[in-house]
Amino acid sequence: MKFRLYRYSPESGEKPHMQDVELDIDPVGKMLLDALLAIKAQDETLSLRRSCREGVCGSDAVNVNGKNRLACITPLGELKEPIEVRPLPGLPVIRDLIVDMEPFYRQYRSIKPWLINDGPEPEVERLQSPEDRALLDGAYECILCACCTTACPSFWWNPDKFVGPAGLLQAYRFIADSRDEATSARLDNVEDPYRLYRCHGIMNCVDACPKGLNPTEAIGRIKSLLVKRRV
Amino acid sequence: MKPATGAHAGTGIWLVQRATAVVLAVALPGLMAHFLLALPVDFSGWQGLFAPLWVRVLLLLTALALALHAWVGVRDIFMDYIHFTGLRLALYLAVIVTLAGSVVWLAAVLWGSA
Amino acid sequence: MNTRRFDALIVGGGGAGLRAALQLARSDYKVAVVSKVFPTRSHTVSAQGGITAALANVDDDRWEWHMYDTVKGGDWLGDQDAIEFMCREAASAVYELEHMGLPFSRLDNGKIYQRPFGGQSKHFGGDQATRTCAAADRTGHALLHTLYQQNIQHRTQFFDEYFALDLLRDADGYCLGVTAMSIETGEPLLIEARTTLLATGGAGRVFWNSSNAMINTGDGLGMVLRAGLPLQDMEFWQFHPTGIAGVGCLITEGVRGEGGYLLNKHGERFMERYAPHAKDLAGRDVVARAIAIEIAEGRGCGPRGDYVDIKLDHLGEKTIAEKLPGIRDLAIRFAGVDPAEKPIPVAPTAHYMMGGIPTNLYGQVVAPARFGPEEPVPGLYAVGECACVSVHGANRLGGNSLLDLIVFGRAAGKHMLEYLRDNPYPRSLPGNAAEASLARLQRWDQAGSERVAAISDDLRRLMQTHAGVFRTDAVLREGLEKLNELEGRLAHAGLQDTSRVFNTARIEALELENLMGVARATLVSAISRTESRGAHTREDFPARDDEHWLKHTLYSRAGDQVDAKPVRLKPLTVESIRPKERVY
Ligand SMILES: Cc1cc2nc3c(=O)[nH]c(=O)nc-3n(C[C@H](O)[C@H](O)[C@H](O)COP(=O)(O)OP(=O)(O)OC[C@H]3O[C@@H](n4cnc5c(N)ncnc54)[C@H](O)[C@@H]3O)c2cc1C
Ligand code: SF4
Ligand code: SF4
Ligand code: FES
Repeated sequence: MKFRLYRYSPESGEKPHMQDVELDIDPVGKMLLDALLAIKAQDETLSLRRSCREGVCGSDAVNVNGKNRLACITPLGELKEPIEVRPLPGLPVIRDLIVDMEPFYRQYRSIKPWLINDGPEPEVERLQSPEDRALLDGAYECILCACCTTACPSFWWNPDKFVGPAGLLQAYRFIADSRDEATSARLDNVEDPYRLYRCHGIMNCVDACPKGLNPTEAIGRIKSLLVKRRV
Repeated sequence: MKPATGAHAGTGIWLVQRATAVVLAVALPGLMAHFLLALPVDFSGWQGLFAPLWVRVLLLLTALALALHAWVGVRDIFMDYIHFTGLRLALYLAVIVTLAGSVVWLAAVLWGSA
Repeated sequence: MNTRRFDALIVGGGGAGLRAALQLARSDYKVAVVSKVFPTRSHTVSAQGGITAALANVDDDRWEWHMYDTVKGGDWLGDQDAIEFMCREAASAVYELEHMGLPFSRLDNGKIYQRPFGGQSKHFGGDQATRTCAAADRTGHALLHTLYQQNIQHRTQFFDEYFALDLLRDADGYCLGVTAMSIETGEPLLIEARTTLLATGGAGRVFWNSSNAMINTGDGLGMVLRAGLPLQDMEFWQFHPTGIAGVGCLITEGVRGEGGYLLNKHGERFMERYAPHAKDLAGRDVVARAIAIEIAEGRGCGPRGDYVDIKLDHLGEKTIAEKLPGIRDLAIRFAGVDPAEKPIPVAPTAHYMMGGIPTNLYGQVVAPARFGPEEPVPGLYAVGECACVSVHGANRLGGNSLLDLIVFGRAAGKHMLEYLRDNPYPRSLPGNAAEASLARLQRWDQAGSERVAAISDDLRRLMQTHAGVFRTDAVLREGLEKLNELEGRLAHAGLQDTSRVFNTARIEALELENLMGVARATLVSAISRTESRGAHTREDFPARDDEHWLKHTLYSRAGDQVDAKPVRLKPLTVESIRPKERVY
């Protein structure tokens, strides 16, 4: 199979370039990660992150034929050749397929991603109805892979100011949690022309999320809560 | 890292964008229909179309909504792309003057000609 | 060389490391966490089924029953004081996670959802119990993210994508931190700390077919071996009965807990033959052996007869969507079947390392020394899959690992605080403390004829063939021979890529060195244990032999020596659970 890989090594002095690679591999039942690792076994200078190889750790997000995906759960057979693999867009490239995720993590941290409840702790669990718990579905499952945020044009333009879809989805995860008491502070945290309102509902994020989550919907819910609070 | 928090702003203007979108969606087809159904042949016929007060009021309202809507849109574009604050503020000013000027001018035309 | 100093250092950002770090971060001491991957990419994220605690939310339960099941599940090799401690603390540790925000699934009455798992019983071996607390089938993900979130709140200092190389110790044996390397820049770094905790997780990647993440390479074990300290019970590896055939990804025991069951090619529910009472929810070693036998005797499914089926379509779309959404995803992606319609092909896969770095109840690493067989190594702790307290004995029960992480993570964190109070002054680091470690790093700048990737592949195949579900003396010894050869080849290995920045080839070479140590410890310990117990099945010694082998093995690298250490049969407060035959 034919691949076109983005290569960049800061020490080599060469500019980033695309490398054509041929690999003898039977695509049946194989994922893109299998192919990348097979290429790496031939040429160990190819660098990428990987860990769980089953789509739950969020390490190996890359841009494949123009779309952000997790290499480990992208079936090889589905891809059109030559398969073009690039690092995630919109983040500084460290080397080959590895980007600096810090701008993404910083936005995640900025929404205070932890449960806030200053009430006295009961001796047993805090109760939560299955219906209230269901509100967290579609939000808590995020694996912080950054597929969504790096597909979002608003984040490309304002990575330091716009929280981005992943961060906003997590903001919503805590707003929606019946056990969290800081809803209004959380709404204050995002109510901002840049932090929240850079989102123009382009929905790239929804299309990109490998876990099938819907950040746009969560962002919409945050907006309606803000409107409700206002009127 | 600076503690991130919101500026407590943005919701109002976002609402304005939504509200003006609704106004435009209702008013524009109405006005279009009014003009198209009675396509005038000459200038006086054309003038006649603007005679009823409701037409003029609606037209002005639509223009106002359009200006506001455009303002939010243009502001968004500037916020996305223009990160140099001085330049951005100057551009804001230019757009505001142009949009507000247009609306005032339209009002003057509508009522001046009657 | 760059040096950073902290009061406490945690090596590993999985569930165990983060739970311990949190305990320390809540105090005034300075704590740092070093992790070779961003913490939420740690293997804990993959845990599916849940965490055990006798909360009795669904059905009667008591921690004593949990303790009984754990002792029996471990085939009496677990230390009963540690097991009592873990089962007693389980409920409070789980409630604490809930208070931190872990999004557990819920019962109609608002309490934490619990599901039945293998090896769980009421009344000391009676009916099936329902003890595993779950957040759908993503419990590990929910747990790891929650702990990470708490740590950011408490401002733990993170060294993400730093690779720990070796322990730093002084002449008196005190552990004073580690040498590490920034993966991003390739720069070495000394991290000095008055107390250090290893939480580097498992080493399942030593096998070809494994449910483990690719980062599970036993680095902490390698560090301990190089420091001249022993490893305990390394012959005990759990093969999970249900990995997706040919891939290894896990199908949680929760599937059987929710009512799924195994079928051979005749459509027979064969577990009824092997475990008439508990059937598909017998201990993992029992189920894994049963599958291996079905396959070996020609009753496997598929064109090559190399797997069995796990059926769950009868549970209905709704249960599957609510309780096992992640499993459905995995099955569709990796096996190409929708479990709501068709059974999933499964086979045993290497899953969990019961052995590891020997510790006591407080997570202190212990080793034979002047004053006794179990003397704490001052300043050094270990928790989680890399450690061996030992609560899992010869076979771990499902859901007990996550529990192990948080119970002993918390206990170790607390004890480290005491240690810091008792040892308020940093000891000085000997000038040459980092020398050997840096030499090891530099060794990989030299060229060589052998390739790391090829040796790694051969190692995994070797272990799969020679240290798998069924073992004999001859097979194990042959494996050891081959391992010697591989070690010879490793000495001649070199890298094509000697760059600094994010050189993952160098990391893989360093990981391979650690895996080699793990493989050797496993083979040598397995040869020495001439009985079958729990997950260690010797065809040449098919019976359990309590007279000679009711004891732990301690492997040391010097001379490939295996020593024995008694099993602590005496719990802290309750009656001892006497060894008896283990039937399900
Ligand atoms: C697929 C699967 C499902 C499972 N399901 C369950 C379940 O349902 N219930 C249950 O109880 N158990 C389950 N387990 C077992 C359980 O998940 C693990 O035993 C447990 O998560 C191990 O946690 P840990 O904190 O010890 O290590 P890990 O989570 O593996 O973390 C190790 C950490 O150490 C770091 N590290 C390692 N080496 C180095 C180094 N050299 N330098 C720096 N950092 C390093 C890593 O970066 C990582 O942060 C499952 C296991 C698997 C494989
Ligand atoms: S919907 Fe919003 S967050 Fe998602 S891609 Fe579009 S602008 Fe970005
Ligand atoms: S929302 Fe989806 S795409 Fe975005 S970080 Fe989370 S899992 Fe990845
Ligand atoms: S390797 Fe973990 S998500 Fe792909």
